[in-house]
This record gives sequence, C-alpha cells and structure tokens, in this order.
Amino acid sequence: MAEPVVAIVGGGPAGLRAAQVLAEAGLRPLLLDEGHRAGGQIYRRPPAGAERPATELYGFEAGRARALHDLADALAPRIDHRPGTMVWGIAPREPVGFDLDCLGPAGHGRIPVDRLILATGAMDRTLPFPGWTLPGVFTLGAAQIALKAQGMAIGRRVALVGAGPLLPLVAHQYAKAGATIVAVLDVTPLGAKVAAAPRLAAMPATLAKGVWYTLRGALRGVPVRAGVRAVAVEGDRQVEALAWEDSRGRRHRVPCDAVGASFGLRSEAQAADLAGCRFVFDPLTRQWQPERSAEGRSSHAHVYLAGDGSGIGGADVAELQGARTALALLADLGRPRDAAREARLDRRLDRQAGFRAALEAAYPYPHHLVEGIADDEIVCRCEGITAGAIRRTATERDAREMNRLKALTRTGMGRCQGRVCGHAAAEILALTLTVPVEAVGRLRGQAPIKPIPLREPA
Amino acid sequence: MSGLFRRLAPRTGAVIPFTIDGAPAEARAGDLLLAAILLHRRSLRRFEFGSGERAGYCLMGACQDCWVALADGRRVRACTTPVEPGMPVVTGVADG
Repeated sequence: MAEPVVAIVGGGPAGLRAAQVLAEAGLRPLLLDEGHRAGGQIYRRPPAGAERPATELYGFEAGRARALHDLADALAPRIDHRPGTMVWGIAPREPVGFDLDCLGPAGHGRIPVDRLILATGAMDRTLPFPGWTLPGVFTLGAAQIALKAQGMAIGRRVALVGAGPLLPLVAHQYAKAGATIVAVLDVTPLGAKVAAAPRLAAMPATLAKGVWYTLRGALRGVPVRAGVRAVAVEGDRQVEALAWEDSRGRRHRVPCDAVGASFGLRSEAQAADLAGCRFVFDPLTRQWQPERSAEGRSSHAHVYLAGDGSGIGGADVAELQGARTALALLADLGRPRDAAREARLDRRLDRQAGFRAALEAAYPYPHHLVEGIADDEIVCRCEGITAGAIRRTATERDAREMNRLKALTRTGMGRCQGRVCGHAAAEILALTLTVPVEAVGRLRGQAPIKPIPLREPA
Repeated sequence: MSGLFRRLAPRTGAVIPFTIDGAPAEARAGDLLLAAILLHRRSLRRFEFGSGERAGYCLMGACQDCWVALADGRRVRACTTPVEPGMPVVTGVADG
C-alpha cells in the first residue's frame, strides 16, 4: 500500500515537532510554511544576512529556539519542506482527503493530500483605540518581530501597551537591545497578577521571566503601570504621544513616535474552517476555536490540530501538542503505538493547562476598552468601517450575527478577512445587542484566506 | 526627514540600492522591504478608503496592511518580501 500523504501547515514549534514524529515513523510529510525559514514567529529566524547570536535574539528562550532550528535543519532531508508557501484554499476530495491550493516560490499549485495537521499559529488580538490606525502603531508581536527578524526598533521613542505576558517580554527585550522605551502600560489590573502569583510561580521559564516587578527595576524612571484605562495615541499624520488614565483616574501623556499595542492572542484558524472542522467557543479567551481532543484530533477524521492555531497555549505547549497529534495520526494509520511516550506527553500537557488557566486569570479580558470605543473609531482597518456603523447596523438593520454584519457593512470582508477586526467587531456587536459574545457567532473562513496577487513575480 | 524604524543591530552585509518614489535609498542584505522603507520614511502607503497613511501593523503576514506598489506594476506584501536591488517602491506619500 502506498504511504499516505500527510501535509503539515505551519513550520513553527507545533509543525516542526509533528514533522519530527512523522519522519521518525518513516513517513515523509509535506511541511508547508509561509515563512522563508522554519521556526515560526516566536522563534523566528532572521533572513540570510540579518543573523545574530541566538542568545541576543531569543534571550531566555535561546536554548529552545536553537533546538528547534537545529531540528528543522536535521529534518530537511527527511521531509518535503516547502518554505515561502501559502495554503490559501483547502477543498475536500472524493472519497477522502483534500486538495490544497498553494502559492509558493514556483507559483500556484494544487497538492492532493490524505491527512492534514494544521499548526497555523496565532497573531495578536487587537482592539481599536483612538489613533490606532496611525502609521507607527503596531502590534506587540510586530514590535518583537522588528527586533528579532530585523534587529530594529519600531521607533526612536517607543511606548508599549498590552494585556498579556507578551507586554513585559517585549519591554524587556527592547530595553536589553538598547531601544528607548518611554512607557509600559498594562490595561489589566495589578491585583489579578498578585492573586494569580502563587500559581504563576510554578510556570515555565518562558512566562515566569515576564513577571511584572522585575521590569520596574530594569526600566527606572519609565512609567511601568498596570490597571491603565482609556489609552489613546495622539497625533495628526503620525504618532506624537500616548495618553492614558491611571488606576486612580489621573490622565498622563508621554511623547513618543511609535506604539506597540495588542491585547492577548487570537488563533489563526481559517484553514481549519476550510477543512470542515467544527468550532467551539472558548470562554477563557473569548474566541471560537476548532474543536480539538486532548490527543489533537479535530472533529474531522482526517484533520489534526496542534499549537496556538487551535487554542492559545504558547510555544512550549505547541511543541508538545505537535508531537502528540502526530502520534495520534500514526495510531489512526494503524502504526504501532508507543504508549509510554503518549502518556508522557499527556502528563506534560496536563500540567501546562494549569499554568495557562493561571495566566489567563492574571490578564483578564479588558472589557473597559471595548466599552470605551467611540462611534467614530475605525474598527475594520482594511476598509475604514467604524464602530458607529456596526452599532447602527445592529440596531437598525437587525444584524444579530457576524456574517450578516459582514454582508451589510463589509466588516471582515477586506484584505485581512477579519483577522484584525473580527474579534473587536463581535465584542461591539454583542455589547450593542446585550447578548453574550458567543451568541453573535464568528466570521466564516473563505478561500482565498489571504490575498493572492494576480500577477506574480517571475 | 528621518525614518520610523531604528536599526539597533549593525549589519555587515552587502548594501542594496533601491528607490522610494524615485529617490535613491539604501538597504542592507537581510532587510525586509517594510523595514528597508521605514528606515527612511514614516509610512508605506496612503490609506485608500479614507485620509491618512499606513506603515504596516502585524509584521507577520496576517493583517495585509503593508501591501506596497512597485513602479513595475507589481504589488508586494512588504513584511514578507526581502528587499531586492533596484526595487522601485511607490508610496504615493509626500516625504516630510
């Protein structure tokens, strides 16, 4: 019998560990990755010419990053790695399997596969605030990528705003690299972090080092504040200052020329949608995610899920899930099972789930930011659709569901396909209708899930 | 005027000449187009659905905010495109 064709979408921590397990079992998986070099975003490798020592690039995670990059190099002869390749469409095949529509360095292609492992990762979760569409306002993830992939800061005077462990991490990395940080503002309360501290103390090194207090020492003289509200970027054509309200209601303002701001992470799950996976609402992170069993199976018999793309867990969890889901796939193919290895991974994943719950408790959802979004604020940055337009459409045209809102306002129909605005639009819609956010549903994924140039580079 | 981005880690690779709105500019091997432009300028393009300019947002190929036009008719996503010698970037934004 011919070997089944298994494709892994995404070359980050989850995808690489899945590829490793499959290669060890004698399969030759396809690894389709948009990145030019395997490693994903958190351990992103700079392009050729921009290399720097791992300890400078990844700090505390240098060991893990190096291990993963070494793994990618070691796997190269044993897998079919296609870097720079975007999977923009997934269509079911008869009787089983999928056709993957891809755009890579050699142009367009359609690849038939039998089984899929989706390890598509996450991006920053964003919320609109005054000035957020000015040039010079980026996500925290973007600020980090500028540093890691390019050795650059997003500005000369950088302010950082967040609601998750990425905030202290980016602040720490920028300070260490010699960038000028002018404010570090957490929109979640300090009390939540104090309450979660005992459970956070047992966290893996990646997260423990993000602890708030250490940062204050490192950034003497710079406002490092929690419980911040009413964040606003000031400026006409460009970023001129960041203003905020402190936990006691006093206004502050600091001149700056760039801002990194985002509020947690959201799963990149559109591929799972195209593949026909069932979605469930995760109340902890307030987002819809493809349903995933503890072993990494989706609701679809031939689709497997791993990493942040199917539930935010971070890089360490992604590595464990990548290996675990590949073992589940091998079991489903009737290959001999390694029960001890499965059990070991399951135990480690169990422990991580506890850390994750504590972390979410330390950074509760910033409802006050959603409540403060003014009617004239742009929500859809692709096409400039405002919060007011969403609210009016909800009440005057009875848009009670995200896809109807999209049809009536074009929210989520622009170039990004709702990646950036989808979450905020759902929160605004739900608040307007006074229903829970899960009641307004989610934007359906549609091919192409990212723009395809009509004219390609030759 | 100065650019938005600030280079912290010096590069030793080849100098890559390209142009922004016809004006000569220099990048270094390893620079992505987005970074190469923002070392010189404060935005990448005009916002086509309203006033203002855009300079990219997510830097990981997700938000699609950084598509820029080249004078040869191509459009490229600047955060995932390495800068190439002679790339003729057209921002449509006045410098200054």
